[in-house]
Amino acid sequence: IWYGHFLLPYLLNQILFSIALPQFLQLSLIQTVTLIPGDGIGPEISTAVMKIFEAAEAPIQWEERNVTAIQGPGGKWMIPPDAKESMDRNKIGLKGPLKTPIAAGHPSMNLLLRKTFDLYANVRPCVSIEGYKTPYSDVNLVTIRENTEGEYSGIEHVIVDGVVQSIKLITEQASQRIADYAFEYARNNQRASVTAVHKANIMRMSDGLFLRKCREAAEKHKDVKFTEMYLDTVCLNMVQDPTQFDVLVMPNLYGDILSDLCAGLIGGLGVTPSGNIGANGVAIFESVHGTAPDIAGKDMANPTALLLSAVMMLRHMGLHGHAKKIEAACFDTIRDEKVRTKDLGGNSKCSEFTEAICQRVRDMQ
Amino acid sequence: MAAHSAVLSMSKIINPFWGGRLGNTVKVFGTTLTSHRNKTLLTPPPAKYGGRHTVTLIPGDGIGPELLNHVREVFRFSCVPVDFEVVNVNSALETDDDMNNAITAIRRNGIALKGNIETKHTMAPSVKSRNNLLRTSLDLYANVMHCQSLPGVQTRHKNIDIMIIRENTEGEYSSLEHESVSGVVESLKIITRNNSLRIADYAFKLAREKGRRRVTAVHKANIMKLGDGLFLQCCREVASGYPDITFDSMIVDNTTMQLVSKPHQFDVMVMPNLYGNVVSNVCAGLVGGPGLVPGANYGNAYAVFETATRNTGKSIAGKNIANPTAMLLASCMMLDHLKLYDHATMIRHAVLKTMNETRLHTADIGGQGTTSEVVQTIMRIIQSGGQLTTEL
Repeated sequence: IWYGHFLLPYLLNQILFSIALPQFLQLSLIQTVTLIPGDGIGPEISTAVMKIFEAAEAPIQWEERNVTAIQGPGGKWMIPPDAKESMDRNKIGLKGPLKTPIAAGHPSMNLLLRKTFDLYANVRPCVSIEGYKTPYSDVNLVTIRENTEGEYSGIEHVIVDGVVQSIKLITEQASQRIADYAFEYARNNQRASVTAVHKANIMRMSDGLFLRKCREAAEKHKDVKFTEMYLDTVCLNMVQDPTQFDVLVMPNLYGDILSDLCAGLIGGLGVTPSGNIGANGVAIFESVHGTAPDIAGKDMANPTALLLSAVMMLRHMGLHGHAKKIEAACFDTIRDEKVRTKDLGGNSKCSEFTEAICQRVRDMQ
Repeated sequence: MAAHSAVLSMSKIINPFWGGRLGNTVKVFGTTLTSHRNKTLLTPPPAKYGGRHTVTLIPGDGIGPELLNHVREVFRFSCVPVDFEVVNVNSALETDDDMNNAITAIRRNGIALKGNIETKHTMAPSVKSRNNLLRTSLDLYANVMHCQSLPGVQTRHKNIDIMIIRENTEGEYSSLEHESVSGVVESLKIITRNNSLRIADYAFKLAREKGRRRVTAVHKANIMKLGDGLFLQCCREVASGYPDITFDSMIVDNTTMQLVSKPHQFDVMVMPNLYGNVVSNVCAGLVGGPGLVPGANYGNAYAVFETATRNTGKSIAGKNIANPTAMLLASCMMLDHLKLYDHATMIRHAVLKTMNETRLHTADIGGQGTTSEVVQTIMRIIQSGGQLTTEL
């Protein structure tokens, strides 16, 4: 069964790192993680994250790789083989922002990574950051988006001149996979309910299939509450009262829009973590903001998004203690308001912000 | 016309192989392409007999019937020269006869006021959404929604004023789906040049009419390069003909993010069908909820008015707690369309006064008032403001 690949290392992690082993043994079992710094501000924020992890004494060893696309045999674009080999070996990856090429001849890097590792679920937990005020407080929800098919299949044709057809593909297999993952996630992270977001009143067959699979998965996980809601109702209620939502699972396009909507509620892409779960136990955690070429190299970047994604990664690996420490240090620093980067309303440099977090983490040891 | 014959001839060739599957596609293209011809024909004005207009009324499901009853009450009280022809549509039936009757009635009268008709998705997928059927049959290509913050309502963002123009007939709502292989469903999203040009033209015309400075096109052309790319291209073409209005574009996920953090940057927005659904619901939520915003669907020959977010409100039906504001404001928009401006202003003023000053809010905006209380107050304000029949 496919999820055996994923469950076994996860359980092993759980046993080794959280339950059975005492602290000193935990520290000596270092795990290697593939780090993809990315472009623009990517290298700076990756360095910041590495520094903070070092201060927290997290048992992580970084293996840096570059994923600029190369053309393989037969003219097919692919990521460099050493990057692929590293990812397949380590299973866990942390990625900074990648430049989307215009007219470079190859598809976007994110798309390439997604296809290479079959990253079928995009998970974005949106939690209000205490120190960063937005009109919406107490947001605490998770959007789980199907990432391989749906409206983004890329299948388009010009039927006649002036008429374009875009195909939205929904398959039983992918819908089942994402629905199962959503309920597993809810169960593993103590979330009370899962809501399926759809438009089955209009797209009867496609969203109908998706909904059916969600209902079947709900039957298998009776301990998690299941509701279904139309996309427009979710949007309407989300901007009025986001506290009513817990875990949301949906196809590709709705997921794209809703996950960005939720990111907007908590303060934007600069503070939102994100994780991509793939088949065979691969998981790549990333920051979803852009490369910000205008501030690259000027020590002005905000490493919060990448840091929170790295914290998500620690939780995924079962290193809850370290995750909690780093997250608390990050939130405390933001709440303190003394050292904040420009996008959060302050005047500090990236290095100062990083140093403040490192100091807090060291104090917590 | 060349395109029309091209599509038909193509379908004749392909039909023997693919059977009925392309038939629907041709039907959709047929309607969109022949509408070109109808523009040159004279469109009859809305029905008017003996100085009184006749308007089709479709109660729908959920809170529709009760809200429309209130609208009739207010109209009767204010002596509005409008007679309603009520057409009931039973959403539980599988046949489309009810819907066809309603559509014929709207063709006869030219104008309609409707509640939302429920789409039970427990029925077979071949039973399409009735609301969608209405919109496509009557070619109501533009859905216009004006989101304005009402001073009496508590919201997180103040002073929002956004007009949303949404393509209403094609895009993701083409209802063309098939299961090619068991377990694999394909849903077609159609974008045509004609409809995109039409909606962009409508948007810019409306922006100019209302004195708006900026039109933003919302799209996802970085992913759907051909489909949304075509839409964006059409918008740009039309924009070049309106140099006094600024045109820019924004990707839909960025748009929703900006709407919840900085909604004041938006003025007029134009977009295809599905993004329109999302954005209009987000904006309705920003100004206070589904009970406050009216919406209108315009075609070249017909106009149908309803609430902007098209909710059935099943959970609050029959409890006298629904907010009548949206439906009443929609009926005012209808009166404006019928050129009964005085009546429209009178009712609108009464509704907004009730909303802003008397603070008789219903549950959806955080109050404890009932629908009937709100309607009674509105009628009282109309009475105190208008002429008494004894004075005439």
